[in-house]
Amino acid sequence: MNPIVFYILCFIGTGIIGMLASWIDRKVTARVQWRVGPPVLQPFYDIVKLMGKETVVPAGSSRITFLTAPLFGLLSVGLVSTLIWSSLLFNSGGFQGDLIVVLYFLLIPSTALIIGGFASRNPVASLGASREMKLMMADELPFLLAVAVPIIHTKGQIQLTELLNYQETYGMIFTSISGLLALIVAIICMQAKLTLVPFDIPEAETELMSGPEVEYSGPALATIKLTRMMMLFTLPMFLVLLFMGGVKFVGISILWSILKFVVLLVLIILIRNTNPRVRIDQAVKFFWYPMTFLAVIAVILALLGY
Amino acid sequence: MGLKLKALTKSPWVYHLSTGSCNNCDIEILDCLTPRFDLERLGIVLVGSPRHADALLVTGNMTIKSMKRAKEVYNQMPKPGVVIAIGTCSLGHGVFDGSYVMPKTVDEVLPVDIYIPGCPPKPEGIIAGVAKLLTMLRQKA
Repeated sequence: MNPIVFYILCFIGTGIIGMLASWIDRKVTARVQWRVGPPVLQPFYDIVKLMGKETVVPAGSSRITFLTAPLFGLLSVGLVSTLIWSSLLFNSGGFQGDLIVVLYFLLIPSTALIIGGFASRNPVASLGASREMKLMMADELPFLLAVAVPIIHTKGQIQLTELLNYQETYGMIFTSISGLLALIVAIICMQAKLTLVPFDIPEAETELMSGPEVEYSGPALATIKLTRMMMLFTLPMFLVLLFMGGVKFVGISILWSILKFVVLLVLIILIRNTNPRVRIDQAVKFFWYPMTFLAVIAVILALLGY
Repeated sequence: MGLKLKALTKSPWVYHLSTGSCNNCDIEILDCLTPRFDLERLGIVLVGSPRHADALLVTGNMTIKSMKRAKEVYNQMPKPGVVIAIGTCSLGHGVFDGSYVMPKTVDEVLPVDIYIPGCPPKPEGIIAGVAKLLTMLRQKA
């Protein structure tokens, strides 16, 4: 297949699966709260509706920064998903060091939101953006330490396909003690990266309305929502790739692959539905002390070979 | 019917604006979002910012102080958007008729699309009104 066509298909496919994941999120939340919940096409309608609305740029804001920041977020999550798809589908995809590239690109959606929030000249958005920044600083350290565990297991491989090949031969990484610890840390960090409850401090609905995106409307808001939906697919898939041996699309293993993704997704939805929101200082303390400690233990265990 | 309008009627996000109500209508609006009535199955979500809203739910009398603010919130809402007046007070003046702090009714300040009477209206009434408005919008296209 022509690589360009494949990359575009990856982008569109991630968008569609992201919308489905977002629907699963809303539906499971509704069922937990004993409601019926929205129809399957709801995220699609939301995006189409926002695309058709007027874009309001607040007076005195930096127009170009305000409108382009969401686009950078969408582009980077698209790049990450393409890298992950090409490693998952073709064993020869990717390049040396693409794990590092993925880790860097995963930071950009949050950064774009911070820049857009500050550019909108709204006090609530600024507050949300500064909280988002603190949250990013808090969850990055344990997340990187957790990602170091598969690298140590594979004796220093930083290519996604090499990690998959290793898990093909020696079994999934999360079946070892260090891998399991690292997976737990990574799931909790993923919760913060997706800014879901208990770590939805940047967009705390009851106090900050919706944080950095408060001034966004129309297509720009649709871009932010789409980025969020695509992150809801990309991050769990990244963890499936790192710790659970990736996915395969042949025979019965299709079901097994979908199960891995859906289990991770439903796990974060259930965490989201059974927890209250924490304060930003509590979140930073939580990530820098217990989570980092756990991640360091996982790294030490991995170095010792467990 | 255009896809744009269909999508709008499938996911109207509402912003809740109280222009001086006694809070009863507001409580009934929040009732609509509880599991018993579950407006999310119609795609209706309560949003915190008028920039995200497609519909303004206006409750209560339009007092002098809130006239300016209500107009500003309406202008902040990206178009196309609709205004829904909820409760007897927002239809006329209700029991506060003739009061010196309320020279105008809600529909003299904002272009109201549908009125939902009641003091306060039941959640069923609010849902019926919103459903009628959505049908109206679909027929208009």
